[in-house]
Amino acid sequence: MEYKFFDLGLVDYKFAWDFQKEIHSRVKNNEFYAAVIFCQHYPVITATRNTDRNHILANQEELRKRKINIYEVERGGDVTYHGPGQLIIYPIVNLNCFKRDVHLFLRNLEGMAINILTEFGILGERLAGLTGVWVGGGKIASIGIAVKNWITFHGLAINIKQNDLENFSLIRPCGMDIMMTSMESVLSKEISIEDVKETLTRGWQYDESSLTGVGSRD
Amino acid sequence: MMKVVLPELGQGIEKAIVSYWYFQAGERVNEKDDLVELTTDKATFNLPSPCSGTLSEIFFREGDTVNVGETLAVIEEE
Repeated sequence: MEYKFFDLGLVDYKFAWDFQKEIHSRVKNNEFYAAVIFCQHYPVITATRNTDRNHILANQEELRKRKINIYEVERGGDVTYHGPGQLIIYPIVNLNCFKRDVHLFLRNLEGMAINILTEFGILGERLAGLTGVWVGGGKIASIGIAVKNWITFHGLAINIKQNDLENFSLIRPCGMDIMMTSMESVLSKEISIEDVKETLTRGWQYDESSLTGVGSRD
Repeated sequence: MMKVVLPELGQGIEKAIVSYWYFQAGERVNEKDDLVELTTDKATFNLPSPCSGTLSEIFFREGDTVNVGETLAVIEEE
């Protein structure tokens, strides 16, 4: 099955948010039934309707100094941080064409993250009751989605670069006291974001039971 | 009178939390308008209005937990 891929590069959160909504509406109009948006964000904090504002630890002054905006968005989950060094993947998938199952889609997103980590020699795992992917007790991939008209948006953030972790101290990620980790931190070597993206693109496949984003890296 | 029922959202999902009503009781809604946002796990789900009419009664407030199959609201059809 064919997918539309969009690679926005390093962009402001608002730009990618608007772009997602535009693609969501094109999927709704049956122009295509699934798309994948890749990007990285300039430093930003996103919260949800459920976010307890006490989970944002930094004060306004500190955030202004670091040029970090806060957006309240429509995805599930709690507060999170995005910045350069994270690969953001927004799959806009019309679940009417597959299986209308929100739980399955979340598990498939985790499965895809685990697959991509395996491809780079990292053993990622699920933790019971906690959405996301973990390595050695640290969270390496965060997930939060929204579903409208059975079409998904928002998605997954994989921490790739080592230097992207510091700003997580500005928040309580997902409203919990958790340690964040990244692919570079785990492997103690440089990982190219382009390489991760290319591997995902080459092997991208979604069906009722799985979402596979791993192509051969020979 | 049309009941707005929490549909099956996926295997193993038995309940969801009402996170946001786009309309208040007494307001007019159009078919397919976003009516209510529900939260489950790390996902939000927008339930559209099944018909056009007046949202006459809301049974679950924001923050309430609702089970699959339960009636969230009633719409008086036009």
